[in-house]
Amino acid sequence: MTTLLDVRGVTKRYGGLVANSNISFQVGYGELVGIIGPNGAGKSTLFDLVTGFQPADEGQVLLEGESVTRLRPDEISRRGVARTFQKLKPFTQMTVVENVMVGAFQKTTDPVRARNQAMEALDRVGLADKAEAHARVLSTGQRKRLELARALATQPRLLLLDEVTGGVDQRSIPALVDLVRRLHGEGASLIVIEHNMSVIMGISQRIVALNLGEVIADGPPAVVGRDPRVVEAYLGQAYVA
Amino acid sequence: MAPAAGWPVVRWTAAGVLLLLLLAFPLVFTQPHPRHVVITIFLFAMLAQAWNLLAGYCGQISLGHAVFFGAGAYTSTLLGKYFDLSPWIGMAVGAVVAVAVSQLIGYPVFRLRGHYFAIATIAVGEIVNTLMINWDWAGGARGLFVPIKRPDSFVNLQFHQSKQSYYYIALGLLLLAFWITRKVEVSRMGYYLRAIREDQDAAASLGIPVAAYKQRAMALSAALTALGGSFYAQYILFIDPDSVFPTALSILICLVAVLGGIGTLWGPLIGAAILIPLGEWTRIYFGGTGKAVDLLIYGALIMLVSVIQPGGIMALAQRGRRRTG
Repeated sequence: MTTLLDVRGVTKRYGGLVANSNISFQVGYGELVGIIGPNGAGKSTLFDLVTGFQPADEGQVLLEGESVTRLRPDEISRRGVARTFQKLKPFTQMTVVENVMVGAFQKTTDPVRARNQAMEALDRVGLADKAEAHARVLSTGQRKRLELARALATQPRLLLLDEVTGGVDQRSIPALVDLVRRLHGEGASLIVIEHNMSVIMGISQRIVALNLGEVIADGPPAVVGRDPRVVEAYLGQAYVA
Repeated sequence: MAPAAGWPVVRWTAAGVLLLLLLAFPLVFTQPHPRHVVITIFLFAMLAQAWNLLAGYCGQISLGHAVFFGAGAYTSTLLGKYFDLSPWIGMAVGAVVAVAVSQLIGYPVFRLRGHYFAIATIAVGEIVNTLMINWDWAGGARGLFVPIKRPDSFVNLQFHQSKQSYYYIALGLLLLAFWITRKVEVSRMGYYLRAIREDQDAAASLGIPVAAYKQRAMALSAALTALGGSFYAQYILFIDPDSVFPTALSILICLVAVLGGIGTLWGPLIGAAILIPLGEWTRIYFGGTGKAVDLLIYGALIMLVSVIQPGGIMALAQRGRRRTG
């Protein structure tokens, strides 16, 4: 598998706090990489560094071999990296389809085409029936789908999902997981941050575990799940037992 | 071409009827005063629409738009006075000057978000006002008289016999502002501006160059505002910093849009149709002291709007329609 994303030794400090310390990992084409770690481990900071929302103090981020380290978020987005946010950011004054059209406009200036592409994206995430509703009336689970559709509408090469099931009620989780699995099955390359262990261990081909800003394990889910350092820092003995 | 976001036939018909009524107005009302009131409504609806492009659609609340109004008024007047250029050319140059100024202001000021942006625009407005008061070549605090040209002509944009021509020119400017806003509203730019208003980070994550689009919205808004400024100069024939650069003017432009409903196409016209006659009426009714009374009423209206319906009258109307429909 060739490398789509290559993160090389990125470091991010906030004053005395090192949020990301010399983090390196790769994502291949069509791969689904899960990122786990306790709160404050630096998972969302890592997303911010990859997508340009925070500048890295050291290290490089390469997309298909080209550095995107110093680029702005919108430039990185136009190079094919889309993301969702842990704290959801729907455009609440716009309708659902208009939200997604904003993403679709990245590849077209024609409103008709943008609308068609937005409807396709909504169809993929199962939200087509809510197209004309205002985004503010959606439930958390629906908002997650909306953000996913919006990101998909930019036709990304790499999709970063921050907490797919966070804040979503138990009943809605399986459908969201199926959705991510289906996107992966269709060939999408994904990085997923997730706290729900049965979910992330089930869908990921590889897991990168972070603790206190450092990578403490990187490998197949079965191996990372038994790694003593990961168990110590995050999973706890109960998980292994 | 405005597909799903297009207007139904009913709305086009209503807009057509309104336009016919506006065209017929000066034929029915031949006295100067009613014409003056409606010209002022057109002017402020146009200014509020220009402001709306930046503040309503893009969410960047400017309280310094008098800078662009003044830039238009002074550019056309100075070019007429010193170089004998037609006000129409002056108007075009004024728009260019306003765009240049807007980009200079925008570059540092757009780094600020929310209230800080609004405060910075007030500061810029005050700085420009003070500069103009001290700039002798441009008339300083005494101001400038627009050179009188006779006979009345469209080329000179001066009509001393009747306000009818001013009326149609003001209406033309208003239609231009509406047309541009509508074009923006249904285009990619309109979607991008609203996305920036809602959440800048989400907008950037979808590939929108946020700073560049804010600058574009500011440029368009400044250019339209400057056209209004040049028109004002030709209509009143006298300008000074106090009449075209005051913060009070920036705030009135904002109030008109806020009352009518920001981020909507019709809000600015509705706001102007209410506030401007109100100001005229209080001035007449209370005489010289009426100026303060209209400010009192504006203040009360704004408090009412913010408490009861922050979306302005347009949002009230939409709420009413949902209830009845």
